[in-house]
Amino acid sequence: MSDAAPRHPAPRARAVLLALLRKELRVELRSFEAVPAMSLFSVTTFVLFHFALQRNALSGDLASGVLWVTLLFAAMLGINRLFVADAEQGGFDGFLLSPADRSVLLYSKALTLLAYLLVLELVAVPAFALLLLGPGLWPALPSLLAVLALGDLGVVVIGTLVGALAVRTSVRDLLGPMISLPLLVPVLLCAARATSPVLGAAGVGALPLRWLLTLALYDLVFALITFAVFDFLLED
Amino acid sequence: MAILAALELRGLTRRYGERLALADVTLSLPAGQTLAVLGPNGAGKTTLLRLLATLLRPHGGEVHVLGHALPAEGWAVRGRIGLLGHEPLLYRELSARENLRLHAALHGLTGEERAQELLGAVAMERRADEPLRTLSRGMVQRVAVCRALLHDPELLLLDEPRANLDPAATELVEPLIGRASGRTRVIVSHDPAGVLAEADLVLGLVRGRVAMLAAAGELDGASLAELYR
Repeated sequence: MSDAAPRHPAPRARAVLLALLRKELRVELRSFEAVPAMSLFSVTTFVLFHFALQRNALSGDLASGVLWVTLLFAAMLGINRLFVADAEQGGFDGFLLSPADRSVLLYSKALTLLAYLLVLELVAVPAFALLLLGPGLWPALPSLLAVLALGDLGVVVIGTLVGALAVRTSVRDLLGPMISLPLLVPVLLCAARATSPVLGAAGVGALPLRWLLTLALYDLVFALITFAVFDFLLED
Repeated sequence: MAILAALELRGLTRRYGERLALADVTLSLPAGQTLAVLGPNGAGKTTLLRLLATLLRPHGGEVHVLGHALPAEGWAVRGRIGLLGHEPLLYRELSARENLRLHAALHGLTGEERAQELLGAVAMERRADEPLRTLSRGMVQRVAVCRALLHDPELLLLDEPRANLDPAATELVEPLIGRASGRTRVIVSHDPAGVLAEADLVLGLVRGRVAMLAAAGELDGASLAELYR
């Protein structure tokens, strides 16, 4: 026996990240557990709003609120599923037994959740425009994409943090939403306020920079917190 | 020349909340030898394996694995340990080959020769591209053997490694995880008679405490059966 170095060179972070992303893609494409549920939830919710509000032309604050609340609840489904295959099938232990840099798991999960959200929005935003939005989508789209990007970033960093925190517990389905929803309130607030003038009845208003900057700052703070504590969450 | 120990445990203790899972375990295992861990359910056997695999942190005592103190130097031994436990640590939606590719990347391995060689050794080449959820538990266990050996580990941690395997499959994996593999091994088993044949040192645990620690040659089936009374 020797205390010599491992027989193989240390795994390269890029190769590990690509392998993990390939795994995430294959597992989702074969199980269809996260993205279809998120998309179906969002479309169903818009249909329900369509009938419940008895209006088919929302604008301003109401349109913005309906869009963001629906997106956030749909995102919760993805956050809850993000680590489940790893926890239930031993993927966590398989990863932790390897010499791979643990922060690579964070990057892979964050990119996976971002991909979930992008696909969700590809379905949800046109459905929202079709079922509920009064003003046309096309003029508002560039500004809306900017807010969606910052909102997604907030959901990704908080969702990855909370997903990793909740998945090792026996009450993960309850704990995930209980922790993430309060943390996502500022994201919802900033994103809805920033989106409201973009979906105005009188035409596309200017993006309120104050709310965008607040959202960006909140994203940055949580990105730093998630990066700092993620390794500890994986520990026993 | 002094024989270096692959495992050195001194007063190893681990709790789950208030419950003591392992208490004051002290032993030394030279490199290349096999430690068998026996005991009734809940004795702390799996906890011991997870501690040695760096998946759990000790709450007391000292643990040295392959010359490195845990948990501080866990990073230095992770690539040198192979764990084969109750769970296969494989994704059900992926095929055997895809799972092994993933684990190869996690261990910094390039090329598929090693995976191919192992799949051949456990006679799983023909089913290697089918999702694991379509395979029997015995077949999944054979793939798990490949996963545990993929990076050619020096220390094998085996928790009832032959569970789910039929006699033919047991024979197939024997050269890989048996004494003939030449690796240092820690084996958890509920088969005292079988373990005596392949162990150098036997550790008996009862409710987390050391009830027996002796060379395998000094023990017989009757003394091991006492552990389960």
